[in-house]
Amino acid sequence: MLGHLDPVLLSRIQFAFVIAFHILFPASTIGLASWLAVLQWRWMKTKNSVYGDVYHMWLKIFAVAFGMGVVSGVVMSFQFGTNWAGFADKAGNIIGPMLGYEVLTAFFLEASFLGVMLFGENRVGRKTYFASNIIVAAGTLLSAFWILAVNSWMQTPRGFRIAQNGLLFPVDWKQIVFSPSLPYRFFHMVTAAYLTTAFGVGGVGAYYLLRNRHVKQARVMFGMAMIMAIFIAPLQLFLGDAHGRNTLEYQPEKVAAMEGLWKTQRGAPSILFGWPDQKDEVTKYAIEIPKLSSLILTHNLNGLVRGLDEWPKNDRPPVPVVFIAFRVMVGLGVLMILTGLTALVLYFRKRLFDTRWFLRWCEVMSPAGYIALLAGWCVTETGRQPWVIYGIMRTSRAVSPVTGLTVALSICGFVLTYGVVFGSGVHYILKLIRKGPEAEGEIYGSHGLSKPPLITDPASKKDS
Amino acid sequence: MSAIPFIWYCLLIVALCLYVLLDGFDLGVGILFPFAPSEESRDLMMNSIAPFWDGNETWLVLSGGGLLAAFPLAYSILMPAFYMPVILMLFGLIFRGVAFEFRFKATKGRSIWSYAFHFGSVLAAFMQGMILGAYVTGVQVAGRSFAGRPFDWISAYSFMTGVALVFGYALLGSTWLVMKTEGVTRDWARKCASYVLAYVALFLGIVSISLPIMNGTIRKLWFSLPDFYYFAPMPLATAVLVLAVWRQLYRGSDTSPFFMSLGIFLLGYIGWAISLWPWLVPFAVTYRQAAAAHSSQMFLLAGTIFVLPTILAYFAYCYYVFRGKVAQAGYY
Ligand code: HDD
Ligand code: HEM
Ligand code: HEM
Repeated sequence: MLGHLDPVLLSRIQFAFVIAFHILFPASTIGLASWLAVLQWRWMKTKNSVYGDVYHMWLKIFAVAFGMGVVSGVVMSFQFGTNWAGFADKAGNIIGPMLGYEVLTAFFLEASFLGVMLFGENRVGRKTYFASNIIVAAGTLLSAFWILAVNSWMQTPRGFRIAQNGLLFPVDWKQIVFSPSLPYRFFHMVTAAYLTTAFGVGGVGAYYLLRNRHVKQARVMFGMAMIMAIFIAPLQLFLGDAHGRNTLEYQPEKVAAMEGLWKTQRGAPSILFGWPDQKDEVTKYAIEIPKLSSLILTHNLNGLVRGLDEWPKNDRPPVPVVFIAFRVMVGLGVLMILTGLTALVLYFRKRLFDTRWFLRWCEVMSPAGYIALLAGWCVTETGRQPWVIYGIMRTSRAVSPVTGLTVALSICGFVLTYGVVFGSGVHYILKLIRKGPEAEGEIYGSHGLSKPPLITDPASKKDS
Repeated sequence: MSAIPFIWYCLLIVALCLYVLLDGFDLGVGILFPFAPSEESRDLMMNSIAPFWDGNETWLVLSGGGLLAAFPLAYSILMPAFYMPVILMLFGLIFRGVAFEFRFKATKGRSIWSYAFHFGSVLAAFMQGMILGAYVTGVQVAGRSFAGRPFDWISAYSFMTGVALVFGYALLGSTWLVMKTEGVTRDWARKCASYVLAYVALFLGIVSISLPIMNGTIRKLWFSLPDFYYFAPMPLATAVLVLAVWRQLYRGSDTSPFFMSLGIFLLGYIGWAISLWPWLVPFAVTYRQAAAAHSSQMFLLAGTIFVLPTILAYFAYCYYVFRGKVAQAGYY
């Protein structure tokens, strides 16, 4: 029986599992790093210690999230070889240098200055400290840039030629790095990370406000989160729409799967809900709005939209996953916009911080960003199937020469390890949240040591 | 013949070397962790490496990423060949990595994370050593891919190199602690270092004798004239360094044992690198055969030339910011 384990399917499951775990933490750290920089800037500017309290509380959470991002990221960098050796061999010429640049320009920057950011508050000057925060934030954005450059190239490959043995050779690096879907994917992802963090932070703020704890600090959290919801959530809809039209141009069958559209037609309807049946090639129980799909995708009521019937069966992605995940993401996106609008109304009525039902709603919405993020990636990645490099290399050709049993064992290992480690991580983060931003001026760094600097050196000893 | 693949070969060797030296000492601290005299010592030990471990580990990511970028063929053969030990090493790195944050946040589970830190470090070090041992004994290749079986990496020899690396890292860790701590912790670390040193000397001896015996190419490399005269000073220098570390520990010096231990590692590493020249997948694929397209190697090299010195500069800066002994007083 064990001989029938399919290494391709198992590797896909393993990859999806480890990267889905990984992305949760970078999404938090991309958002938090930038937000912490803003908090610190407000703190320096206004000299208001409330900002400092909020900063120190979230710095600790940031440290835990970052630690988990790093360890799960190190796993990612080996997956291409352990599980996708075929892909690494054929496409290494192209993805290798981009991943190399990610390490050189982003990871070292983050890792080095993170140390200063977490432990250096009393060891370096105020300005240097602030600078290391900015550097860490910039590092997170740079890493997102390079990894998305790789992913975008896999979605919309450009600037290469195919040589002997099916090896891919770079021809034009500008086209490779800035492949057609990169700008859309990058901005959509960064705003996604910001929204994810904003709703997380906003939920925590709401939690305190509801319980009348740390009210001053909670107002900062909640207020800043709502500003993000008001401005960034609608922007996300706009960016997502642009992203979708870019996909329509380069990967039309992915869009057909997102829409659950099986037949090519003019004036195509938009399906709000339904169940795409891959066997019968219809979307069952569909609730439709006539002509809306044509309007959204082609900006014309009678525009021609291509359906899945234009592609042979073995070139189609798994439609139900793409279809459902897409609705989850967009649905949550719309709820975020509504949240922002409500916040705006309440703000003008001066009831933003004490409307209980709204605070409770924001508590419920706090994981929304994470769910939308994972759903979005499921759309993108599953919609690319059966290709690992769109139109060039099939996923089944990408796999390593390892046995199904080996991969099955490693999946069990990952599920166990991640369950324990990340379960504990989330537990400690929740504990930090429950403790809240006490005015704990004496606590040093993120390691709970009380003041005398972490490390004494002769120079600082002299003046004390 | 272009010089670019050779430059990349050297850069990779340097990156991996920096990884072994830097992460070596913080893994070593983890290896010694449960043997420390008190809980307070353990806090100190962890704080002495907390600001650095992440940056140190990034050299591993660079070595892996650099291998993929510059020699994709070697990467796609070696990673499946070492599938299990690599994944086990990653599990080790995960547990020890998160322990830094969790241990200080935990109230009840503190000792769990101390052990996670210890066993994670030991597992990672041991697996790295096993990979090293399996690597020098050779990897089976057919065409462009790994052709061996899932458990080829397990042998008495790789087991021995695994244990050897655990002791090697423990030496770096203990001498690091001699440099960074004071009082009881330092006295204890000094005692540890002198024990561990004896084992390291023993393993260095075994490895230097067994490698040439096991492998004809390596034997010819080291024992043919006139190469013998060029290489002979290396084992001699290593022996001298081992004695010097011993003496400095005995005389109570704080910093020199650490740097001399780095020297021992460096010499051993260079000897290893020379033995395997010019193989990237030992005895199957040379670094030239595995080289990526010229344009790929050039593209990344163009950036590396500027970025690498910058990285080294701010690395140095971060070590400078956290210079000196770890504070003794002031816990909770
Ligand atoms: C907080 C997270 C979040 C939210 C609220 C949204 N998205 Fe999104 N979306 C992502 C997070 C995300 C993502 C995780 O970042 C993806 C996956 C890959 C990518 O580039 O971005 C993504 C992908 C993605 C794609 C697939 C791109 C492709 O074909 O590869 C489309 C068409 C949209 N989004 C469109 C939208 C629309 C119309 C939204 C309405 C508000 C929306 N997204 C909200
Ligand atoms: C297969 C894909 C991926 C690989 C190989 C990968 C690799 C890594 C590695 C090795 C690290 C640790 C760096 C360190 O040592 O400091 C890391 C962290 C990080 N990754 Fe990923 N990653 C992947 C996917 C992503 C994605 C999709 C994003 C976001 C768009 C992302 C963003 C980040 C960020 C911001 C960090 C640093 C912050 C943190 O650790 O939380 N990564 N990644
Ligand atoms: C971080 C967010 C990401 C998530 C949640 C994610 C999710 C997934 C999922 C669910 C699959 C399985 C698809 C299927 O088999 O149906 C997959 C496959 C894959 N993705 Fe991603 N992905 C992400 C980012 C990336 C990035 C940044 C890269 C490249 C740098 C990447 C490269 C791959 C590869 C190589 C596969 C395996 C081959 C395949 O099944 O297509 N992914 N991913």
